[in-house]
Amino acid sequence: MKTAVRNYFVFLARSASVAFEGDWRYFTWIGVLFAICLLGLNAYSRQLSEGLVVTGMTDQVSWGVYIANFTFLVGVAAAAVMLVIPVYVYRNEELHDLVIFGELLAVAAILMCLAFVTVDLGRPDRFWHLIPGLGKFNFPGSMLSWDVIVLNGYLLLNVHICGYLLYCRYKNTKPAKWFYIPFVFIGIFWAVSIHTVTAFLYVGLGGRPFWNSAVVGPRFIASAFTAGPAIIILALQVIRRFTTYRVPDKALLTLRSIVQVSMLINLFLLANEVFKEFYTDNLHVASARYLFFGLDGHHALVRWIWTAVTFNIIAMILLALPLSRSLKWLDVACVLAIIGIWIEKGMGLVVPGFIPSPLGEIVEYLPTWNETAVCLGIWAFGFLCYTFFLRMAVPILQGTLNKSNESAAAPAAGIVSVKS
Amino acid sequence: MTTSPPDGAAPPSEPRSMSRRSFLRGSTVMAAGVAAMAAGLAPLRKLSDYGSVDEFLQMHYSELKPEQMKVILERMEREVQRQYGVRPHVRDFKPMNGVEFVYALNLTRCTGCRKCVHACVAENNQSRDPGLEYIRVLKMPNGTFDMEKGDHNYAPESVPEPGFFYMPVQCHQCKNPPCVKVCPVKATWQEPDGITVIDYNWCIGCRYCEAACPYFARRFNFTEPSIPSEKLNPNMSYLGNRPRHKGVMEKCHFCIQRTRAGRYPACLEVCPTGARKFGNILDPDSEVSYILKHKRVFVLKEEVGTLPRFFYYFDV
Ligand code: SF4
Ligand code: SF4
Repeated sequence: MKTAVRNYFVFLARSASVAFEGDWRYFTWIGVLFAICLLGLNAYSRQLSEGLVVTGMTDQVSWGVYIANFTFLVGVAAAAVMLVIPVYVYRNEELHDLVIFGELLAVAAILMCLAFVTVDLGRPDRFWHLIPGLGKFNFPGSMLSWDVIVLNGYLLLNVHICGYLLYCRYKNTKPAKWFYIPFVFIGIFWAVSIHTVTAFLYVGLGGRPFWNSAVVGPRFIASAFTAGPAIIILALQVIRRFTTYRVPDKALLTLRSIVQVSMLINLFLLANEVFKEFYTDNLHVASARYLFFGLDGHHALVRWIWTAVTFNIIAMILLALPLSRSLKWLDVACVLAIIGIWIEKGMGLVVPGFIPSPLGEIVEYLPTWNETAVCLGIWAFGFLCYTFFLRMAVPILQGTLNKSNESAAAPAAGIVSVKS
Repeated sequence: MTTSPPDGAAPPSEPRSMSRRSFLRGSTVMAAGVAAMAAGLAPLRKLSDYGSVDEFLQMHYSELKPEQMKVILERMEREVQRQYGVRPHVRDFKPMNGVEFVYALNLTRCTGCRKCVHACVAENNQSRDPGLEYIRVLKMPNGTFDMEKGDHNYAPESVPEPGFFYMPVQCHQCKNPPCVKVCPVKATWQEPDGITVIDYNWCIGCRYCEAACPYFARRFNFTEPSIPSEKLNPNMSYLGNRPRHKGVMEKCHFCIQRTRAGRYPACLEVCPTGARKFGNILDPDSEVSYILKHKRVFVLKEEVGTLPRFFYYFDV
């Protein structure tokens, strides 16, 4: 028992020390991210001492970019299942190791989500009121309390699965099926649940007709399964460019077909929503009209949403064409899809829900510089986490960081070089 | 795809192992990082108003025993005195048996003078800077109830203006309140006398209730409220008008410190036209019971199913 614990700590320590090794490019990347994190931390400290006035939010538009980013990132986290399903349900063995990269991305995304909710709180010091048992948890009444449960549960599931598989690989033992397969399957349903619950956060509000629509849930899932795998495609490309890890083309192309289909469904659902709003043309169309065309001379979001729609359509066309079997074009399509969906589902969903206000007042929202700095800080933090995770996972999967070479304290030599 | 390195990639570097030098460099980097972190956190030095340990550990309102409540109320009185130099009387008024409060507002009489708005601010110790108001009065053109046609910021020489009617909106104390349903920590709830209250010491400031309310009744303290000491109303209640701090939600509570002691709300008392009526709906002889029985009353946004306890009616 004691040696087992010791071994585990040696594993952790070695993985951690690997994260701080690399060439100058690696350190520049880490350094830049760290600097942005600090910028965000500084902005957040200012928010803590002065209050949420330093943001652009008001009583009329009471949620802004924090919650927009949160919503987007829950989708990214949920999308990790798009690698899990082919491997564990359809037995596509080629993708097997890549699942770990997807799940690590989910972990990083959830950490960012938690950070985004925390910075949105007026009294973060009272977070313990949210801990079941300790505080006073409004479960099952509040969708936000469901979100707390499903997000933290998803985090634990993914940490467990990745951690266990990596540790087994490190020890050269075969993972015990019963110790992770059930969690993998729970994780599949759980992933869908985190995003559905996040959609219900909005859908459940009868006083906000723009959100109170049954199609928001399916739209969330469709857009998540577009943007998420698109991010995974880009991440895998980075992995194969900067490490010696070999990511097969086939894996990228499998993901491409997922993005392809999801993007079609996503745009189809968006068209449904747009039709319902504008064809019915009752008083409830005001928010949608504000979003797409502006209302009474206010049109802060119009440029954004049309950019999003354009990007999404171009991405869809690129993905549909055989052209995007070439990885360069696939990258372009992914970048467009990610930006398009970030706008559409973040700002394009959260903000117009508040405009006009329930009493018909139009108060526009624009994030302040301080708010933007906090967001950038959290994104940098997420990238930093994911970089560290990959830094540790790649040598373990390649076998260069292994129990057998523990004494030879020279871990992870292989990954430092760019593959040739 | 075992292709050549992509354009722009640097040439392969040599594999290295962890040497003493890289360790030293690592520690220097770490130290610099910690220093930079401290610099980043510098604005926190201004943070002084986050309260005491007692406040941090205070339990939810529903779990406080009478002795604990007594201690808390005394602590609050001390805090207010320290901050404003005024000794207040903070009490925890309980709902009365057999009472359910209801408001009725006569739109024929309301002239849009906004006296209720200001009386409310004074009575309930709302922040003057930034200004925070529980009551919104809409100037509506005759012939429509589309609130998007309403004017929130009207400021003519004198009111009322012909062709318009005025509609004050405040918390409707819904019987089926979405704000209560969505609160993740039960910081806001409906009391037996129908008033929806907020425990300002329990609210985490997520603003979900504000998004859920269909009547724009809730107000958030985006920064520390400020009230001139001489303007402070020292007659305070825990669930009502005691001074709030930044980061929590507040809203109209039917002047709990008055109405639970048998008085009328401040907005009613100040109204020069008698447009505002308030009372116990469970008492068949009350004025509000009479109005609900004999006038053609209506509620705002009936379709959202919130069952407001705030009724509007026209005389003619
Ligand atoms: S009016 Fe709004 S704040 Fe008041 S009880 Fe109804 S939903 Fe809650
Ligand atoms: S802002 Fe406060 S009262 Fe409103 S939902 Fe959040 S915790 Fe509850």
